[in-house]
Amino acid sequence: MSERASNRIFDIFNILIITFVILLCLMPFIHIIAISLSSTRPIMSGLVTFFPREFNINAYTKVFSDMAMIRSLGFTIMLTVLATVLSMVMTIAVAYSLSKKDLRGRKWFMLIIVITMFFSGGIIPDYILVRNLHLLDTVWALVLPGLISPFYMIILISFFNSIPKSLEEAAEIDGTTHLGTLLRIILPLSLPSLATLSLFYAVGRWNGFQDALMYINRPDLYPLQLKLYQMIQNNQVSELMQQEGLGMAQLMPESLKAASVVFSTVPILIVYPFLQRYFISGMMVGAVKG
Amino acid sequence: MAVKNSTYIRRNWQLYLLLVLPVIYFLVFKYGPMYGVQIAFKEFNFFQGIGGSEWVGLDIFREVFHNNDFFKALRNTLLLNLLDLIISFPAPLILAIMLYELRIVWFKKFAQTILYIPHFISWVIIGGIVLQVFGTESGFINNMLTGMGLDAIPFLSDKHYWLVTYLLVGVWQSAGWGTILYLAALTGINKELFEAAEVDGAGRFKKILHISLPGIKTTIATLLIINLGNMISIGFDRPFIIGNVAVRDYSEVLSTFVYRVGIESGQISLATAVGLFQALVGLIFLLGANYASKKLADESIL
Repeated sequence: MSERASNRIFDIFNILIITFVILLCLMPFIHIIAISLSSTRPIMSGLVTFFPREFNINAYTKVFSDMAMIRSLGFTIMLTVLATVLSMVMTIAVAYSLSKKDLRGRKWFMLIIVITMFFSGGIIPDYILVRNLHLLDTVWALVLPGLISPFYMIILISFFNSIPKSLEEAAEIDGTTHLGTLLRIILPLSLPSLATLSLFYAVGRWNGFQDALMYINRPDLYPLQLKLYQMIQNNQVSELMQQEGLGMAQLMPESLKAASVVFSTVPILIVYPFLQRYFISGMMVGAVKG
Repeated sequence: MAVKNSTYIRRNWQLYLLLVLPVIYFLVFKYGPMYGVQIAFKEFNFFQGIGGSEWVGLDIFREVFHNNDFFKALRNTLLLNLLDLIISFPAPLILAIMLYELRIVWFKKFAQTILYIPHFISWVIIGGIVLQVFGTESGFINNMLTGMGLDAIPFLSDKHYWLVTYLLVGVWQSAGWGTILYLAALTGINKELFEAAEVDGAGRFKKILHISLPGIKTTIATLLIINLGNMISIGFDRPFIIGNVAVRDYSEVLSTFVYRVGIESGQISLATAVGLFQALVGLIFLLGANYASKKLADESIL
């Protein structure tokens, strides 16, 4: 067999296998979309695979007319914006100061921050603190504890350090203050990495679940993830009760469950193209320098 | 060149001003809980608070080390991490090498775009999808199996099958994203090596084996060490959401155990002690891993 032919065979197999992996990756999504657009009868008979059967959008009409769901979506958007903006302001502030190599006491500030990357009190002392500060059942319980990520801070410091010092020095000769330099020179030059870190923070907040589970009991402050979790979980319990013959609990149709999952996934998929572009460059910076 | 203190402060006070809020944040929200860790040595109750609760020495830790559920959670943490290491660690490596070998640029970009998606989906959503796909009664896979006349498999309610489900979902979620670092390392390999090998008549497999893999072996080793360093720490969302009461024998890990004992049953001191144990062992693992990867970096420079 010639070398050309064996190369060709290798390429064909490689493409086939990767196509198969891509399908494996997408199939769960396609299946759940198909379920969300089908009627209960074909779903229960196990007829729905990758195409909707008895197509209808009733489940979505229900999701969008569920005020609690819409409110939860609104709250989560507000929460994500608030947390991301505050996190970025604080991360920029600390990273800019600590990017100054000749800042007196810099070593000590770095030390107290880096220690927290290696050791933490644990979730129970976290919980007691949030409780003692009277933050339980407030939006701040979901914003303040994770305000600054030391890891993202280090990424930003190394980015600030990669900006040529001559630019800053020129500004300093002109008599610009540190804050002026930061706002007028450093930040405009850092937009791509600021976008990356904002997206890191935003996705983390959007997908965050454990802190909401621990700190939030008021249903009107449920972020989308907690709301969705409780919907699915309650339904599982009702299903068990029904199987055990413990009364006829109100069951949520499969299509409604699926539609809720799709509803919560779409916002991430909308920002995904931006995510992909920035995240990869961000990962590289973190990998090379972090 | 020493600058007079007053001049230094006049020039740089803004930098310290920027540090005020962040430093307060770290002191309150990171060191505050570290102060709270003392309740692992106290009989904590909310009325007396952290400072006022009574010291009991190592009593709580004695209780922890006589608790069978704790040992089960510890075992499960190590077990799930170890299985993940065996199954989920090689997956992105293989996938990255296959992606690197793709010659059609648009297809490679398309594949990467799709394969990264699961990384951005929350575990709650993945949990919802898992129920639809792996459910025993009306799950997608079992519908297909019963449709072919086979028996349904209890993917979520039998603890051994649940392990398989847990691992598969982990690979599905992380394999694509995990390729990024390997692809970066592969791109860094000198192209002339491949050309020289081609002149020598090396086939694709030979090139993978003798150029690609050796070229990224530092990356592989570093990631392996990081994984080993995190052996005792485990995320909360994945085992908590994919797990359920029926499979708790395997799905209860340290993070979920601490939540259940501390928040749900209110045994605050016990849960804090378990958390502290995990943090300390984790710290030792992590420092060991750091040391090992530094050693490795030194050697690769030589």
